[in-house]
Amino acid sequence: MTPEQPLLRVEDLTTTFTMPSGTVRAVDHVSFELRRGETLGIVGESGSGKSMTALSILRLVQPPGKIQGGPISFNGRHDLLELSERGMRAIRGAEIGFIFQEPMTALNPVFTIGDQIAEALLVHRRATRSGARTKVLELLEAVRIPDPVRRLRDYPHQMSGGMRQRVLIAIALACQPLLLIADEPTTALDVTIQAEILDLLQEMKEKFHLALLLITHDLGVVAGHADRVAVMYAGRIVESGPMRQVFRSPEHPYTRGLLASIPGGVPGQRLQAIEGTVPNLANLPGGCAFEPRCPYRFDLCSTLPPDAYEVGPDQRARCYLHDPGRA
Amino acid sequence: MPPLVEVRHLVKQFPRRGGFLAKPGVVRAVNDITFTVDEGETFGLVGESGSGKTTTGRCILRLIEPTSGEILFRGQNVVAFSRKELRQARRHMQIVFQDPYSSLNPRMRVRQIIEEPLVIHKRGGRDERMARVVDLYRLVGLDPTTIDRYPHEFSGGQRQRIGVARALALNPSFIIADEPVSALDVSIQAQVVNLLIELQQKLGLAYLFIAHDLRLVEHICRRTAVMYFGRIVEMAETARLFNNPQHAYTKALLSAIPVPDPDHKPARIELNPKDVNMEAPLREVAPGHWAAI
Repeated sequence: MTPEQPLLRVEDLTTTFTMPSGTVRAVDHVSFELRRGETLGIVGESGSGKSMTALSILRLVQPPGKIQGGPISFNGRHDLLELSERGMRAIRGAEIGFIFQEPMTALNPVFTIGDQIAEALLVHRRATRSGARTKVLELLEAVRIPDPVRRLRDYPHQMSGGMRQRVLIAIALACQPLLLIADEPTTALDVTIQAEILDLLQEMKEKFHLALLLITHDLGVVAGHADRVAVMYAGRIVESGPMRQVFRSPEHPYTRGLLASIPGGVPGQRLQAIEGTVPNLANLPGGCAFEPRCPYRFDLCSTLPPDAYEVGPDQRARCYLHDPGRA
Repeated sequence: MPPLVEVRHLVKQFPRRGGFLAKPGVVRAVNDITFTVDEGETFGLVGESGSGKTTTGRCILRLIEPTSGEILFRGQNVVAFSRKELRQARRHMQIVFQDPYSSLNPRMRVRQIIEEPLVIHKRGGRDERMARVVDLYRLVGLDPTTIDRYPHEFSGGQRQRIGVARALALNPSFIIADEPVSALDVSIQAQVVNLLIELQQKLGLAYLFIAHDLRLVEHICRRTAVMYFGRIVEMAETARLFNNPQHAYTKALLSAIPVPDPDHKPARIELNPKDVNMEAPLREVAPGHWAAI
């Protein structure tokens, strides 16, 4: 028996932005795999490159952004980056569904939500005009919108943030994608609504055997929903591995710092903060990007960015502490 | 000891314009809430967006005028103050805003931003003010060589420190911190939280801490009130509230917190709005534990 091919394999993806002041690598040699039915949580702060990684996979990076590296193989296709724009359009919204952070702006205010879900079906020829209505109703039911027959004719402004995010999930799932990319799907929502949407994503994932790329800054969201995790910092994946393993034995000092800084422990006590500031991508240190903030830094760290070293079963960290050649 | 701040039956209504079919009316953003903040304590105010947390904070400082109710600061009713008295009172009550990008004037140097409250309140001569500004700047952990820069030259976390320095300029005893870290990067949030904890210990400050990050509230607030549609539906010592919530909304809210522990088994309690009796008055279910059930 041959091992199952991953659904998505990103290899050495680099996305650069050339500005008058120089070239910035928003995504820097990022590699990962995602299998069918699996959830990969990508964690990072603003500017870490997590959203830009998602946009690069979808080839939605706007100029002056430029995607380099690859290949990005997906569902038997060798490289999404080689496809024509037309070929890519057949994949976006059909084989790869996506939802973004702002449920307030992602819907068109002048069309009913029924029309907008139907549009996804019609564009990809998954339904005829007459058959679309039934499918839209099925989708609204699947994402648990109460009273779908009536809601069909609602405009986005008539819905709450949570309901709009459900509509966006319905649109993303309309063509039964194999992969769903969710970029901070709950950040703009209240905590109770956030939990409902995350549960819904989990349910949809199981029902449709979706692979899910879940991008978030919240380690709690990752712990509750991801099978594997990739931690990004300044454009790179600094640590990746099975979620439980990374939470139980984080090996990169940044991952350790993030987990340690979560409020908990004795109330009122100081938190264990990561000192320093998030680096400016236009002015990164020559070595490891985390070096200036790292409590474990030593001479090697400021030389060149470290490779990703094996630190456990299927777990890697870009940190010289784990360089087997060092000892 | 009497409480530092006493909020009694605070109400804030906003007029609602009529629409095509809707009649004009009022929105009760804050609907008859009562609570106290003690000297040196951190009091948490949580609830979903639109529940009235921010409006409550702004009413206390009279940044917006309350519709009715009393706000006692050291026993004196702030709502009845004249403009002049209010200005005096504001020395003791300050606010740190959520967004460190829009709350600092981009055309002023940081030195002027922190000095401004001293100028407005005619505190000291020029030299004294300058010395005070540098002291404040150090107190919040910033490097004095950067004091003549403009806000855009600082990161989000540093800007929030500048906002804190400005709030501290007049030596207040009460600070309203309205989501002070939610706009910051995760790795920076803990730094600013630590700064607030340290300043409280050093200066004996009381905080009204408005937040939606419940893990943070659990960590730093001694007592917490939960708001729901403009009302306080539950209020208790924080540990008690988190371990033994009584109100249906509090239960739903607490059970929805994403826990960063892979072995945590979520037991989510969904809120059925029908379970909430919006008329139920807040009553003491145990000493110091109030719930509207």
